[in-house]
Amino acid sequence: MDDPAYGVCTCRGKKRRGLVETLVFGLIGAENHSLEAETTSGLQGVLQGFDPRIKVVALLTLIIAAVSTQRLTVLAMMFALATGLAVISKIRIVRLFRQVWLGVLVFSGIIVLPAVFIVPGEAIAHLPVVGWAITLQGVRSAAFVIGRAETAATLSLLLVLTTPWPHVLKALSSLGVPAAVVAVLGMTYRYIFVLMQSALQMAEARQSRLIGPLDGPARRALMMTMIGTLLSKTLALGSDVHAAMVARGYRGEVRLLDDFRTKPADWVFLLAALGIAATIIGARL
Amino acid sequence: MHIPDGYLSPSTCAATFAMAAPFWYVASRKVKSRLHTKLVPLMAVVSAFSFVVMMFNLPLPGGTTGHAVGLAIAAIVLGPWAAVLSISIALLIQAVFFGDGGITAIGANCLNMAIVGPFVAYFVYQALAGRSELTSVRRVVAAGVAGYVGINAAALLAAIEFGIQPMLFHDATGAPLYAPYPLAIAVPAMMAGHLAIAGIAEAVAGAGLVAVLQRTEPELLDLTASHPATAGRWRETRALWFGLGLIMLLSPLGLLAAGTAWGEWGAADFADPAVRQEIAAASGNVAPPEGIPAGLERLSSVWSAPIPDYAPSFLKNEHLGYILSAVMGSGLVLLVFAGIGALRDRRSPTV
Repeated sequence: MDDPAYGVCTCRGKKRRGLVETLVFGLIGAENHSLEAETTSGLQGVLQGFDPRIKVVALLTLIIAAVSTQRLTVLAMMFALATGLAVISKIRIVRLFRQVWLGVLVFSGIIVLPAVFIVPGEAIAHLPVVGWAITLQGVRSAAFVIGRAETAATLSLLLVLTTPWPHVLKALSSLGVPAAVVAVLGMTYRYIFVLMQSALQMAEARQSRLIGPLDGPARRALMMTMIGTLLSKTLALGSDVHAAMVARGYRGEVRLLDDFRTKPADWVFLLAALGIAATIIGARL
Repeated sequence: MHIPDGYLSPSTCAATFAMAAPFWYVASRKVKSRLHTKLVPLMAVVSAFSFVVMMFNLPLPGGTTGHAVGLAIAAIVLGPWAAVLSISIALLIQAVFFGDGGITAIGANCLNMAIVGPFVAYFVYQALAGRSELTSVRRVVAAGVAGYVGINAAALLAAIEFGIQPMLFHDATGAPLYAPYPLAIAVPAMMAGHLAIAGIAEAVAGAGLVAVLQRTEPELLDLTASHPATAGRWRETRALWFGLGLIMLLSPLGLLAAGTAWGEWGAADFADPAVRQEIAAASGNVAPPEGIPAGLERLSSVWSAPIPDYAPSFLKNEHLGYILSAVMGSGLVLLVFAGIGALRDRRSPTV
């Protein structure tokens, strides 16, 4: 009842964000993520220099290899490889830690922590006081989940941080993804930021008109009104964009330019990634 | 509920992708047939909306907050097939660009949140909303229940995907290679959070949005209300139904009519002297042919009516027989038209 709808307030000595402010921070965070990705994709790193098509296939292959491995040592090597690729691509470790490693560790850690006690197997230690047995199988299982999640998330982020989104889309098109799907993906990405701006403006406009805290039902009504208004704006935007496209000659056929050229280094990178994946999956490592 | 990489085995990821693929194919065909050139721009902005709406944290009863997936909203406003596409695209961008959900688990996440969730929500909404008015409270309640049931159906499927992992995939020491909890733990653990928090967030989002649209743009709710009862379909047609019932009850009045209906003679009537006299009287005293006409005799055996002369064999009372025949005949006619209506709806399905 005392929670504000906006602003950082001191409530019983604890600083808390209001709902609208949480939304504003989330929207700004997503926009910042996009801007930072565009910045890092322009750096002169190793991954930035590879052909986007090769990069998409190679990194996806490495992700599948990381998810497929059955040995923790191999998983650790894959994680080291992902980290090494980040370093030679001028992606700062602090950034990876902040953006991926910490979040995945906390999220997956909470989920798999009980597994070290629950998964039956050989007891390797006991928890003080309560005496619960920590099993080898439980620890290995938790390590597998966290290791795979960290490695795959790092490789996924490397793709985004070293490749402009339009190039990722062009690469998908070159790899056989239907042009209409690629076009929708590209436009969706663009309009996410348009709608985010719209949501941001709505949130700020509402925030500037509030003079006191709102109770729970009022805050729910505020959020639902914003979502409803955003939906109306979305559908109106869809009609406007469609009319603009038709006015420019769009007749339902999507054509995308594909001007990528591969270099020998691209093929070396691809062969290396495929070799690693084939070894891990083929030898059941 | 966004499953990250590493929780599901590659074979599970491949299987869920294979299960999702036909839905994507059918959805793209259905949506494209309805939208034509509008497909790309509309899907793009609606997918963007699905993405952005997941960033809205909703205050829930009890003091906590949760974010909705928006699967009920998309299914109610756009229909289940368009919801499949728009939520799938939003999930793909979330996975690739924002790292929310795994790239290898994209098939599983789409199957749970973009296919099963919206379809369950859509059918629950349609079943509960029925033909109520677009602005009725019943639709608000239906949307809330649809969101709640839809997100929990998606969560249950995700829990099953998690729960089968330790049954199928172990390393040499017996340690689970992927999600470590069996079904007995995964299902209650997953469902507790969704039944208590995420489901309520989805219910609040679904009901709240329908309530807002009812006030601002009720026509948006009309897109999936295939038979909207803006003026009350029952009120429009109830006089006809009462009239039909009355006519059925009065159908035994036909027994009062004397003579025969001209031209409705059977083969046996030509052999019956009394009926022959009636035929002659009804035909301007022109005598009928001596024998049974050859064509009439041949064709009369092609079909034997199950209830000849509106007199079911199991009923002794001919008045009740007439009424029962009227009910059965009217019911058959209604069934035929209901079938034609269903066929027509299938040819122009809801997107």
